[in-house]
Amino acid sequence: MSVVEVLLGIDLGSTTTKAIALDRSGRIIGRGITNTRSNYEVASQIVRDEALVQSRFELVRHAMAADPELAGIEKKFIGSLVRNFRQRQHLEQLEWLESELRRCADAPRYAPNREAVREALSHICQAMRARVSGHFSELAVRKSDFFRDLAAVDYVQAAEQFSDAKHASFDVLCGLFDAAILVVENAAGDWAFERHAGPALEQTLAAAPADIREREARLRAAVESVGSLELRVLGIIGTGYGRQRLPFPKEQIRSEILCHGLGAHAMFAGTRTVLDIGGQDTKAIQVDGAGIVTSFQMNDRCAAGCGRYLGYIADEMNLGLHELGKLAQESTCSVKINSTCTVFAGAELRDRLSLGQKVPDILAGLHRAIMLRAMSLLARSGGISDEFTFTGGVARNPAAVSALQGLVQQNYGVRKLNISPESIYTGALGAALFAQRAAEGGNAA
Amino acid sequence: MSADAVKASTVPTVQKEQSMVLQKQLFGDYYDSLGRAREEGRRVVSTFVPGNLTELLRSFDLLPILPEINALQSGMRKLSANYIAEAEKQGHSEDVCTYVKCDIGMLKSGNVGPTGVKLPNPDLLLLSYTGCFTFLKWFELLRQEYQCPVAMLHVPYLPNGRIEPHHVDYVVKQLRTEVIPKLEQVSGRRYDEARLSEMLALSAKAEDDFVWVLASAKNEPSPIDAYFGGVYYIGPIFTAFRGTSEGVEYYRVLREEIAERIRLGLGPVTPEGTMASQKFRLVVEGPPNWTSFREFWKMFYDEGAVVVASSYTKVGGLYDRGFRHDPNRPLESLAEYCLGCYTNLGLPARVDLLERYIREYRADGFMINSVKSCNSFSVGQLLMLRQLERRTGVPGGFIESDLVDPRYFSTANIKNRIESYVQMLAQKKTAGVTA
Repeated sequence: MSVVEVLLGIDLGSTTTKAIALDRSGRIIGRGITNTRSNYEVASQIVRDEALVQSRFELVRHAMAADPELAGIEKKFIGSLVRNFRQRQHLEQLEWLESELRRCADAPRYAPNREAVREALSHICQAMRARVSGHFSELAVRKSDFFRDLAAVDYVQAAEQFSDAKHASFDVLCGLFDAAILVVENAAGDWAFERHAGPALEQTLAAAPADIREREARLRAAVESVGSLELRVLGIIGTGYGRQRLPFPKEQIRSEILCHGLGAHAMFAGTRTVLDIGGQDTKAIQVDGAGIVTSFQMNDRCAAGCGRYLGYIADEMNLGLHELGKLAQESTCSVKINSTCTVFAGAELRDRLSLGQKVPDILAGLHRAIMLRAMSLLARSGGISDEFTFTGGVARNPAAVSALQGLVQQNYGVRKLNISPESIYTGALGAALFAQRAAEGGNAA
Repeated sequence: MSADAVKASTVPTVQKEQSMVLQKQLFGDYYDSLGRAREEGRRVVSTFVPGNLTELLRSFDLLPILPEINALQSGMRKLSANYIAEAEKQGHSEDVCTYVKCDIGMLKSGNVGPTGVKLPNPDLLLLSYTGCFTFLKWFELLRQEYQCPVAMLHVPYLPNGRIEPHHVDYVVKQLRTEVIPKLEQVSGRRYDEARLSEMLALSAKAEDDFVWVLASAKNEPSPIDAYFGGVYYIGPIFTAFRGTSEGVEYYRVLREEIAERIRLGLGPVTPEGTMASQKFRLVVEGPPNWTSFREFWKMFYDEGAVVVASSYTKVGGLYDRGFRHDPNRPLESLAEYCLGCYTNLGLPARVDLLERYIREYRADGFMINSVKSCNSFSVGQLLMLRQLERRTGVPGGFIESDLVDPRYFSTANIKNRIESYVQMLAQKKTAGVTA
């Protein structure tokens, strides 16, 4: 059996867990992301498997690109193959969810209405299954890629339809979902490439246009050759807030400060200053020309102004986290807000609203307030040098970025600001690079 | 082996050396003597640690009470949280120095000291004002509570760290005209300079051994931890035992123990056992956290970080630049002691001192533990960090905690910073080798 050696970095954040797989040359071949649940071991197992599955698809792409008859069609073909693969995974998880829902409904307290509850669950699950293909169609825009999020939206919608206040109330059905989803997401499933790739390939071929079906034999060979490869994990390094809980020995764990520094350097070699705003901490990091950290500052005794603050504001306003920044950008006159205490955020918001201030203006003020805190940390860590790389979940928020840009310009003058669309993976990438160095021996620190 | 025996053998027993036993005894006796002071007709004086006048008090047979020591001892014995809550109930804000609140709370809770002995009310508050501006307010509060006289000693701040003759004259004059007359009044005894000089000779003897102990960290491996162990070593000399034969004996024993450790090539004794691996030598600025002291120490221990010098062990007085109490110049040397303690030094002098420590003790890094409720320490610390990094090329780390308020010790956050910092040092070391 042929062997491909891979190196993994896993970043266990407070909100999401991420993994990056590198090949021996340091090229990224796979990524994995999941919501960090209460079970860190499962989260790390899931992202690890996910990154390895993605690696195989990437290897299929390499195999196709190397085949003159297949080169050129790999992007479209693999896109379709991956969607079918994901759909199969999703359906399997749904099946599992259904059996858990039934098991939960067997609890004695549901005895008086058991039949009505069971019937409602059957209808709900059927409705959920019917929606799956829509989630994975070519043009689908998903608000989240996490099974939990997709399933929750579908479930709640169907439960509204199939609940009846007397025998199977909406609250009872939601309670069952909360219990069942915990079981489903807190056990690592077996989503191995080998199991799903074959059926997904058949599904893809069956729906493919004639010119692709003509090359069926070569396509099968490409997928099967990768399916039979052994992916040998040469090394894993873990980082992030949950790193102590990773089932790794101490030598395989690195601080996220170092990982973010190195990851940012790998993404943008000119990086000298890194700002990372994650769920519950903000880090200002200075790195040298090799990505080695020379100085850093983190938020102190309080997590005011971190990503969680935005999440809280979004909840208060009944908005999705990704909608917050866009709405703030509609502001014409930003409100001045000083406090970034997450606990007080709701009160601050309601007070502003009661004064008649507009939501976009308030949101713009909140984004600026967060960035003012980040600027203080940056100043304390040694300022902002060119180039400046912004990472973490908050870097995906356009209002946060524009507030930052304004403040940087005002305080430090012109600085090149780098934001990678993959910035959420910065810590995992740094960890994977440390794994690569460790595998090369010597320079493991 | 029985189950109990197995369990017992896996629970690490804290290693106690003779000096530790001796120190415990000293402090136990000291608190007991405070408890008996009233019945024995002894007078007591409350005063502060930095640049204190222990020998002068003792020469009048007065016993010192040290509110800072009571507070930190209460912190270590997990009593401070309730005392602080009590002080807040009295109307003291959350951001006030937590030593003050712990002390006020202890007073309001019956004034039972950390060892369980009820402390006497002071007969005098000796306010030696050395660098910490909160001292003034602290004793203002205590004066209201105890309704007792205050002797105020104003010690000029040393912005550039140099003691000038006029500083000494100014302090000596106050000793003669303000402090000594009040001590005479409270004690009912005349000032006895010969007795004071005898005590100062004992101080100088203990100080010689103490300085030797601190300097022993220049060895590799270091036989001591000059911060976490250091706070024990400063115990007797910064408090009630300067100028006593017990104090001299403690430092003699301690020195012998450490000399033996150097001979055997052993590292410091820690609560986790003898520190075998010393990967990083650090200098630390700022006071430690007392409520999670052992946990805090373990974070350094787990990373193989040994502290080779610290500024906190100079808060009482600065001996390792040559100062000794001098029996031939009793009041002058007391004045110099007050003036020269670490908290009375301006920022440039503190940076100079830390720079010397980093170089002389061949440190790989330095760490600042910044305590927000302690302004006299924390103001300017980031500035110091940058200057030290520039001058030495050694990277600095920065953590934040508190003295005795357990609410401000965020374990995960502090651990994360220490680990990150140490890994940064490791990365730099490796990069240096391969470059």
